[in-house]
Amino acid sequence: MSSTLESPSPRTTEPAGGQAEQAVRPLVVALAGNPNAGKTSLFNALTGLRQKVANYPGVTVERKEGVWALAPDLRPARLLDLPGLYSLDATSIDEQIAHDVLTGRMADTPAPDVIVAVVDATNLERNLYLVTQLLETNRPVVVALTMFDLAERAKLEIDVKRLGESLGVRVVAVTARQRRGLDELAHAVLSAVGVETPGVCWRLSPRAEEEVLLLAGDGAAGREAALRDIYSDELPPDAARREAVEQARQRLARLNPQWWQEPLTARYRWIERVAEGSVRGTQTERPSTTERIDRVVTHRLFGPVVLLLVMGVVFQAIFSWATLPMDLIDRGFGALAELTRAHMPPGLLTDLLADGVIAGVGGVLVFLPQILLLFFFIALLEDSGYMSRAAFLMDRLMRGVGLHGKAFMPLLSSFACAIPGIMATRTIENPKDRLATIMIAPFMSCSARLPVYTLMIAAFFSEKKLFGFVSVGALLILSMYLLGITVAIVVAWILKHTILKAPPPPLVLELPPYRVPNLVNVAQAMRTRAWLFVKRAGTVILTISILLWALMTFPRASHNPAPGAQVVAAAQTASQTGIGPTGETSQGAGQAQGGAGEASEQLQQSFAGRLGHVIEPVIAPLGFDWKMGIGLIASFAARETIVSTLSIIYNVGKDADASSPSLIEAVRNAKRPDGSPAWTPLVAVSMMVFFVLALQCMSTVAVVRRETNSWRWPLFMVAYMLVIAYAASFVTYQGGRLLGLG
Amino acid sequence: MSIAYAALNPTANILDRAETFETATVSLDRLRVGAHARVLAVKGEGAVARRLMEMGVVPGAPVRVVKCAPLGDPLEVRVRNYHLALRRSEAQTISVVLES
Repeated sequence: MSSTLESPSPRTTEPAGGQAEQAVRPLVVALAGNPNAGKTSLFNALTGLRQKVANYPGVTVERKEGVWALAPDLRPARLLDLPGLYSLDATSIDEQIAHDVLTGRMADTPAPDVIVAVVDATNLERNLYLVTQLLETNRPVVVALTMFDLAERAKLEIDVKRLGESLGVRVVAVTARQRRGLDELAHAVLSAVGVETPGVCWRLSPRAEEEVLLLAGDGAAGREAALRDIYSDELPPDAARREAVEQARQRLARLNPQWWQEPLTARYRWIERVAEGSVRGTQTERPSTTERIDRVVTHRLFGPVVLLLVMGVVFQAIFSWATLPMDLIDRGFGALAELTRAHMPPGLLTDLLADGVIAGVGGVLVFLPQILLLFFFIALLEDSGYMSRAAFLMDRLMRGVGLHGKAFMPLLSSFACAIPGIMATRTIENPKDRLATIMIAPFMSCSARLPVYTLMIAAFFSEKKLFGFVSVGALLILSMYLLGITVAIVVAWILKHTILKAPPPPLVLELPPYRVPNLVNVAQAMRTRAWLFVKRAGTVILTISILLWALMTFPRASHNPAPGAQVVAAAQTASQTGIGPTGETSQGAGQAQGGAGEASEQLQQSFAGRLGHVIEPVIAPLGFDWKMGIGLIASFAARETIVSTLSIIYNVGKDADASSPSLIEAVRNAKRPDGSPAWTPLVAVSMMVFFVLALQCMSTVAVVRRETNSWRWPLFMVAYMLVIAYAASFVTYQGGRLLGLG
Repeated sequence: MSIAYAALNPTANILDRAETFETATVSLDRLRVGAHARVLAVKGEGAVARRLMEMGVVPGAPVRVVKCAPLGDPLEVRVRNYHLALRRSEAQTISVVLES
């Protein structure tokens, strides 16, 4: 039970020297408001593109700051967009951050000179709850009344002037889309600098007020301090006062076990009075448009159907629409690598550039189409109000696993790619629920596993049919998806009962009215996500790319001056046949077969190749030999890399892809030293099982590192998924052999 | 500053009314869809109860059950002119008085 009656600064804030102060430092203004109150639209309208996004130090809460040109002849203000919040009493990390910023306790963020409280005019009472708390911070407050046009359309007449008088602060009606009221808001903010706000304006029951008076002595400041001490979580440091506070609480609790609720109820009583005085027109009980839409969208039968359709479109988009731009990026960087090779003298530097750096940058950018598309849909669904409905519909199912309804969307997107999926978990407020969701997201079979499945099935199960008509290959792929989901459910359950133990997350979720999505907000959200990914995850991915390149390039094969360990690049250039260099003779597509032999030799000589031998005893029980071991090591970069690595090892040239006949032949014909076939159908299934469950994706590791702000969780994730993958492959292979399938 | 002070002790008010109209006191999760009621008390403790009250579910507030989700849980209620989803387990902690 914390409360926000804090007044670190005296009742009169800084002297009203707004103009003089501006010469020294820019004015700092903070935007605070409920989720869905139109805060983001207002922030975008006030700052345009002049904004930057980062994280608050040590946490993953986004810190959005922009530049607000208040008036042409004045220095622009710094505008802070706080996370959306219902209350200043911190129950989530977002609220804690907002509270710290507003009370000036956040490192690197100056206390705001003015707080702009964003209030949704169509939902006045609940929005005013936060305003009462903002008034209690004793900082200058201006209320921006958004959705004013919608309120008018709903026949709600709000007397803005009366409302301002009742609240004791300026109220400005704004419409961000039409940019109405923005100048007036700027003016109100400027004149609010240094102006005293009313503070606590509600009263408790007589009995509680007696206790407050007993503790307070005289004066308004004393009353506020007494309220804060009695009704907040913490006790005052002073021993005598702590004693007095504890006794007051005990007396109150004897009278009413719910004594702590009094300030909350009192705030709403006061709000009802304020609203009564300034709102005309009845809030009709006639079903609203939203309610009529919801008759279908959250209907018992149609609701799930609509959800399925919406998810189908999103899934289709990230799964297949994204492939065209992804291929283009892939080919572009492949061509760039070839170009580099063609125009630079052969040597280590060229190899590093082509196979390490360019391949690495390409490996980062190749995810952008999926990230942009997913966040386009997420922003659209959030902004329109549908996202809460999806959580509402899915909550019962997700709760069975101990997860929040909001975990549904991130997990579903992870079937295309875990990276945007993990980034999308930000909507889950509780850190433990969010972590549990992140930890199981990579079990969803993503698109990078498909080349592996395709190769295995093409080599060993392509013609097989069950009962004459069921394709064994299709059945296997389906089993792999189901295996991932099953393991995810089990792991989620275990995590939620052990290290992430927490009561089932409560669901107290606003279902906001449907609104036409604001495309500026959507574009801004996409831009922010893409940039955060490139900046933070990108650097890690690039580093690991170069590291892997080095592992496969050193030490050099003795008789070959510059073969180029084209493994990492091979994934990028898998479909590059024909785009060869023109002048050079030592490298290029024209000598794929000969080059492949050299590359294969180099790879076997390299650290990665030697590691393959080293780990062979460990992976032998899974049915894998050392050549597959090299593939596994390379596939840590990205799962699909195993296909190009195997192509190099089996001397079929780096240009082979998962369905090329030469690679399939090579896999079928590969032999162990004793002459027995290296691959059998059982080995193939064991390999597929391993790929479903192991975290072979450095980009996921990088994103988890970014989203959890530590190396602990991503490393734990790699480790536990490896253990599960190993165990499952072991059981598959050894079990299969016991059944005589080997 | 001419600030109106809050009405005192609203709970007593509702209790009177409950007796006058002989209406039943039930927990919110027991209401049928479409029923109108008024909050009597939020009995829970801790963060969830606090969050419910911050969202406007305080004694005296009118509520209406709009619907329940396809699997019977969570519930959707209308309170203070907006829609709120909450689980049955949370609704159980809210006692309400039926309105005619």
